[in-house]
Amino acid sequence: MNYVGIDIGSTASKVVARGKDIFQFVLPTGWSSKEATTIIKEKLLENGIDVLSDETKVVATGYGRAAVDFADYTITEITCHARGGRELAGGDCSIIDVGGQDTKVILLSNGTVQDFQMNDKCSAGTGKFLEIMANRLGVTLQELFELAEKGTVLPISSLCTVFAESEVINYIGEGRSREDIAAGVVDSVAAKVAQLGQRKRLSENLILTGGLSHNEYFTEILSKKVGQKVNSVENGRYAGALGAALLAEEKTVGAARKRNS
Amino acid sequence: MADNQKMWDELGMNLELHDQLCEVLPQAFGDVFLSQENRPESMDYYNMVVADIHGIRPAELIEHQKKGGKVFGTFCVFVPDEIIFAADAIATGLCGGSQFWVPGGEKVLPTNTCPLIKASVGARLDRTCPFFRIADMYIGETTCDGKKKAWEILSEDVPVHVMNLPQMKRAKDIKAWAEEIETFKDVIEEFTGNKITGEKLAESIQLINNKRKALERLYNYRKNENLPISGTDALVISQIAFYDDPARFTQMTNKLCDELEQRVQDGVSVVPDGTKRIMLTGTPLAIPNWKLHNIIETSGAAVVCEEMCTGTRYFENQVDEAKETVEEQIESLAERYMKINCACFTPNEGRIDDILRLAKEYKVDGIIDVNLKFCNLYDTEGYFVERAMKDAGIPVLGIETDYTDSDAQQLRTRISAFVEMLNN
Repeated sequence: MNYVGIDIGSTASKVVARGKDIFQFVLPTGWSSKEATTIIKEKLLENGIDVLSDETKVVATGYGRAAVDFADYTITEITCHARGGRELAGGDCSIIDVGGQDTKVILLSNGTVQDFQMNDKCSAGTGKFLEIMANRLGVTLQELFELAEKGTVLPISSLCTVFAESEVINYIGEGRSREDIAAGVVDSVAAKVAQLGQRKRLSENLILTGGLSHNEYFTEILSKKVGQKVNSVENGRYAGALGAALLAEEKTVGAARKRNS
Repeated sequence: MADNQKMWDELGMNLELHDQLCEVLPQAFGDVFLSQENRPESMDYYNMVVADIHGIRPAELIEHQKKGGKVFGTFCVFVPDEIIFAADAIATGLCGGSQFWVPGGEKVLPTNTCPLIKASVGARLDRTCPFFRIADMYIGETTCDGKKKAWEILSEDVPVHVMNLPQMKRAKDIKAWAEEIETFKDVIEEFTGNKITGEKLAESIQLINNKRKALERLYNYRKNENLPISGTDALVISQIAFYDDPARFTQMTNKLCDELEQRVQDGVSVVPDGTKRIMLTGTPLAIPNWKLHNIIETSGAAVVCEEMCTGTRYFENQVDEAKETVEEQIESLAERYMKINCACFTPNEGRIDDILRLAKEYKVDGIIDVNLKFCNLYDTEGYFVERAMKDAGIPVLGIETDYTDSDAQQLRTRISAFVEMLNN
């Protein structure tokens, strides 16, 4: 059997396949989650997995999960991230996921979600915020972090991305250095992410997932804001897709067991 | 519906704008209500009322006015309908539950005003709600700062009487509310020209108590393991309670309850076994705001109770029917109304006790605490609600939303995740 987890995020689509071979890949979601889904289907086929076969079980998650019309199950990204996070952290943990469009804090207990918090509609404290600010400074995301490491934080206080962008424009107008502005941007995102979890009792085993999970500079800043160590994990951006693939297996096995009993 | 057009025209409504609303409502109602399976047959009555919500009842109110009767528009569960009906007048709810009316309200109100207030003011100023056109006088109250100032704006357009609701629940506050009801009685008597006697008031106390009892009976059926009615259907009944003729509403709701009684005996349920039971707490859901119930009940859970003004806060506690003099009756009214646990009071621990009690009575698996955007009072009180539920081991999800559909997908994700969490 092949178990495939597909996480269609607003920015990137992540796929984890667990069968004879275990592999993963990521691609930009682009303008259409439908189109991304078609590409994923073809890519899986190239790797010997036919999503339409009875030998393959697919769980779709992420904001574009409904676009995956060949999915056997759709499960929310909260549940999938929790399952994937548990695998990556090696047991019960708390997860901070910074996504392209939303940010969430998930608390696990006895292997399942015990509580969670998601940001409101607003994009402050998400990857989108970083993208917009990097664009404004004319650098890539990677460069934004490199600049930030060399800079001294300039405060950005607006909670709204649009207003925060105005603050950045003001700083540019004042002739402040890109390094300092970049440091301010990263600091502001970390502060907003930390705020989301401040009413929750986070586990000491706290991990960061999402596109920034491998970014040590960001986890360092975030740790300071949260007031405890935030661990980066390898493959953190695949947490949702991994969880989806694991749940595909558990659901299939569970259903078979139910049938046989 | 040609008669409706004529009536709306004579009411001075903005027909062109109102038509836009009439075009979308049937679709919305069909999508949310008629798509449900295994609904009780007696829901037909409420379907009919909603299908012609700006037609049937407004026509009755106009008929009442033609006979010299007065109509009072109200916004809040604290306004004692008993006084109004005792003066042979009619109390009716006013529109305020759709995004359709919000831009109209934003012309005069600050953006960070709650959608309920914006929609109400917009419905009046844009002339797109017949109830607002018909009402001879509006009765406001001081339950929040946004409303207090909104009355001032509305009073430039139509007579408004504002009742000063105390913000604490000491003995002297209950006495003050009794005095406020006394003043209200004088205003109603003068405006209608009808004297409110002990006999009249006793009758109307019974009339409104009976309506509350019918709603309580309806809600009691939702405590069953087998749910004989969906939360979405129960919500629309709660919403209609604010508009309908009380005697007819009571009769129709009791008829529905007879059917539910039979369903309970037959073990009929509108949801599969093991469906998670959700209670909503927080700010009111004015008609036609069905957004959350629809999302929850199409995400694999059932809404079994609303600790809201459109819910338990409306019907819990009866007015003592044994009192004969107007003075004593007003005291009983004050006592009953001051038992409502609204976030406008400080402190408001009674509300936490209510939620814990209801969670038990309705065998609730999880609570969704709902806040209409910019309702500072309920939003702040959410802190205590969340903490108390955590201490009691009841999962709780806090949600802030307005009347737009722009966050529908986000809400669906959060609510589905909450349901998945309860199922694990």
